[in-house]
Amino acid sequence: MPHIQLPEGLQGIRGPLAFRPETAKPLNELAETLLHAPNSLPAGDRELIATYVSYLNDCYFCQTVHGAIAAAHLAGDEDLVKRVKADFQHADISAKLKALLVVAGKVQRGGKHVTATDIEKARQAGATDTEIHDTVLIAAAFCMYNRYVDGLATWQPQDEALYRERGKKTAREGYVQMSREYIENTELKPQGA
Amino acid sequence: MPHIDLPRELPGISAGFAFRPETAKPMRELAHILLHEPNTLTPGERELIATYVSSRNDCYFCQTSHGAAAACHLGDANTVKQVKSDFTRAPISEKLKRLLVIAGKVQEGGKRVATDDVEAARQQGATDMEIHDTVLIAAAFCMYNRYVDGLATWQPTDEAMYAQMGQHLADEGYRVSSMQRPVQEELTAVS
Repeated sequence: MPHIQLPEGLQGIRGPLAFRPETAKPLNELAETLLHAPNSLPAGDRELIATYVSYLNDCYFCQTVHGAIAAAHLAGDEDLVKRVKADFQHADISAKLKALLVVAGKVQRGGKHVTATDIEKARQAGATDTEIHDTVLIAAAFCMYNRYVDGLATWQPQDEALYRERGKKTAREGYVQMSREYIENTELKPQGA
Repeated sequence: MPHIDLPRELPGISAGFAFRPETAKPMRELAHILLHEPNTLTPGERELIATYVSSRNDCYFCQTSHGAAAACHLGDANTVKQVKSDFTRAPISEKLKRLLVIAGKVQEGGKRVATDDVEAARQQGATDMEIHDTVLIAAAFCMYNRYVDGLATWQPTDEAMYAQMGQHLADEGYRVSSMQRPVQEELTAVS
């Protein structure tokens, strides 16, 4: 049972987002910018970073829903998502993404764990400053989202089909559009407005 | 030296914000709502929660700037120090002590928060909204702290700078950068 009285029937982060629409807005806009807006890192790669950090933080809801979004971006390859969580060094992903996942894993433990060598390796694999920035911020942001979801003991049903379907829709429409499903009168703003 | 080519002369999170304005906007907005907008928890109490979590995450820039903002709201820098070192003995309300217990658990990991922790806060008068905001402030600072340290931002140890920043944050909140008012200009205006 959730620690506070959240709106019923909303899984994971949707409960607290609907409970407090004022904070939901910037939380959804941040996810939209980091994960869905155009970026030199493909959306699938960014969702894999989010999934990996959520897995390290042991957040069932976040790792499952972002895993599903990642799979939707990666032509439905759910196995790849599983391999990244289990052992990304041996997963079929680019050397650049591997180096960025190392950085993300360090951020999950604490910002100071990231070393100049970690960054140098990512750069040698072709990562730009903005890609390194976004990797650090995606990892940091999921240290927030994961704690928000678990810290309030939200309802997290173990229903793979639900997450798969929602993952496809979120991959298509993004976070701000999806928030209209559970927050009334969500204002839709163009990027950067 | 920062891990990436951040704008020079901007300390801590200001450099990350200037580097990537698209993500700065929702991050500023979130801080403004959580820490500055009207709330049944005072801004001083909310800044103390932010400072305490930043201290536990060992983020110098965040604990110093938010500690300065808390001191401005409270008119008392000593309470800030006491909250960081041992809040159970600090001159703060029982409700805030219970909320700081929850914030400390969130800092370790969301699952650490126990029903008993929440019940104890409720018995001291905490509302569902106050518990929600405490959890989200603590969670959000686990992001801000990692962002600031994960990029190895420049974090000067200049007390006057943090005092000025704290005053700006306490007065204006988080929507507008405290770095958009150059120190030099203010000194000129005063004299």
